[in-house]
Amino acid sequence: MSEMLHVENVAKSFTLHTQGALTIPVFEDVNFSLQAGDCIALTGASGAGKSTFMRMVYANYICTKGNIRIRHKDDWMSLVSATPHEVLDVRRHTLGYVSQFLRVIPRVATLDIVAEPLIATGVTKDIAQDKAKILLTRLRIPEHLWTLSPLTFSGGEQQRVNIARGFIVDYPVMLLDEPTASLDADNRRTVLDFINEAKEKGSAVLGIFHDQEARDAVCTGAFDVTKYQVQNNA
Amino acid sequence: MMGSSEALLSVENLTMMYGERVGCQNISFDLWPGEVLGIVGESGSGKSTLLSCISGQMEPTKGAIKYNTRAADMRDLFEELSEPERRFLMRTDWAFVHQNPRDGLRMGVSAGANIGERLMAVGWRHYGNIRNTATQWLDKVEITDDRLDDLPTTFSGGMQQRLQIARNLVTNPRLVFMDEPTGGLDVSVQAKLLDLLRGLVQDLGLSVVIVTHDLAVARLLSHRLMVMQQGEVVETGLTDQVLDDPQHPYTQLLVSSILQA
Repeated sequence: MSEMLHVENVAKSFTLHTQGALTIPVFEDVNFSLQAGDCIALTGASGAGKSTFMRMVYANYICTKGNIRIRHKDDWMSLVSATPHEVLDVRRHTLGYVSQFLRVIPRVATLDIVAEPLIATGVTKDIAQDKAKILLTRLRIPEHLWTLSPLTFSGGEQQRVNIARGFIVDYPVMLLDEPTASLDADNRRTVLDFINEAKEKGSAVLGIFHDQEARDAVCTGAFDVTKYQVQNNA
Repeated sequence: MMGSSEALLSVENLTMMYGERVGCQNISFDLWPGEVLGIVGESGSGKSTLLSCISGQMEPTKGAIKYNTRAADMRDLFEELSEPERRFLMRTDWAFVHQNPRDGLRMGVSAGANIGERLMAVGWRHYGNIRNTATQWLDKVEITDDRLDDLPTTFSGGMQQRLQIARNLVTNPRLVFMDEPTGGLDVSVQAKLLDLLRGLVQDLGLSVVIVTHDLAVARLLSHRLMVMQQGEVVETGLTDQVLDDPQHPYTQLLVSSILQA
């Protein structure tokens, strides 16, 4: 199996300047590796830093120390030292992220929102929209809603739009932050199918899953961030 | 990956002084083709001064502004281009969208003439072609074609802003400067305008420098952010990284001060 993501001696702390430069350490000396075809569950109690770790891998949060490298277009690239342009290119082609929240421009149609990441990779609008329709159908978003903005949808529907948007590109590396939360049983199974299909296509998946059932269905391993927590005795 | 020779606009150590007072100082950045750069900061932080300088409207006290012209390669705006050459760039390659549409429109002539004027400035002469193109652009900015011969004074604020955008983009500029393009509009119009701008930027591959104090607008439109305070850039980086994991005290204050709607 080939390695897709490599995390080396990474540490993270937040310094809150608005609170008298209070420093909150999250974790340190994290080493982690993700292989193509694997799905690793990030585990640890709430507040242990699972989402923080995931956001660091997405280059959304800055690493206080250490390095994160990703295999991008057959080359290894450091996400810590990459320029914003390079990070955007990695996100466009290599690194997908399904967050817990849908953040979109109001009044844009659901179909366009889902198709957008695929269009950004250079695929034509027609092909991208066809694929968007397949994903939305599989996720049981009724067709009469596709022309509406997802901001008018229920929480579960928004989450499914977010998932469709995340899975429309076959990213070599995928980050999933609680993709099955707030979904009913049928839709949860569909999302788990998506994850297994992505693995079969060779994607490396890193996920946060709160239900054990989901973890058992898709994960090939687990990574507990609690072990790297900085002991805060202050 | 990208060499600096690929930059469309390159700003080096730009400083603008108003007498003893600092407008903005020591500002350097590169803007790439197809890139949207957001500049955020409070009133008086030097955002508009910087925008005036890099768009050629005001000569900076110090520093270089280099633009990758279609004809030659990187040329310094004030050192290597004459006033007429600069004016020609502004009419053709560049566009400037003002916060107040009245500053960017000619209020005494019709909507169609506002769009047509930019075309005529670059040599268009055929009335039918100009009128057709103007109609197409009205459609792109979602103004119905029966308003083509109306004066902008009869338009709502949101329509005026969209007309200003049409007037600016009709010549297929490569670089667009925007000064608070959604400021002063009510939120329902703002969303529509944001969607329009984002679509145009993507479809036309525009490079944009957008000044805004609205962080939500900055997040939705820009790839990269520069945060300014008291005339200086205090933080710069990928937009979502600057907003979600701000490092500088001022950026943290800015981000934590947003009201949750």
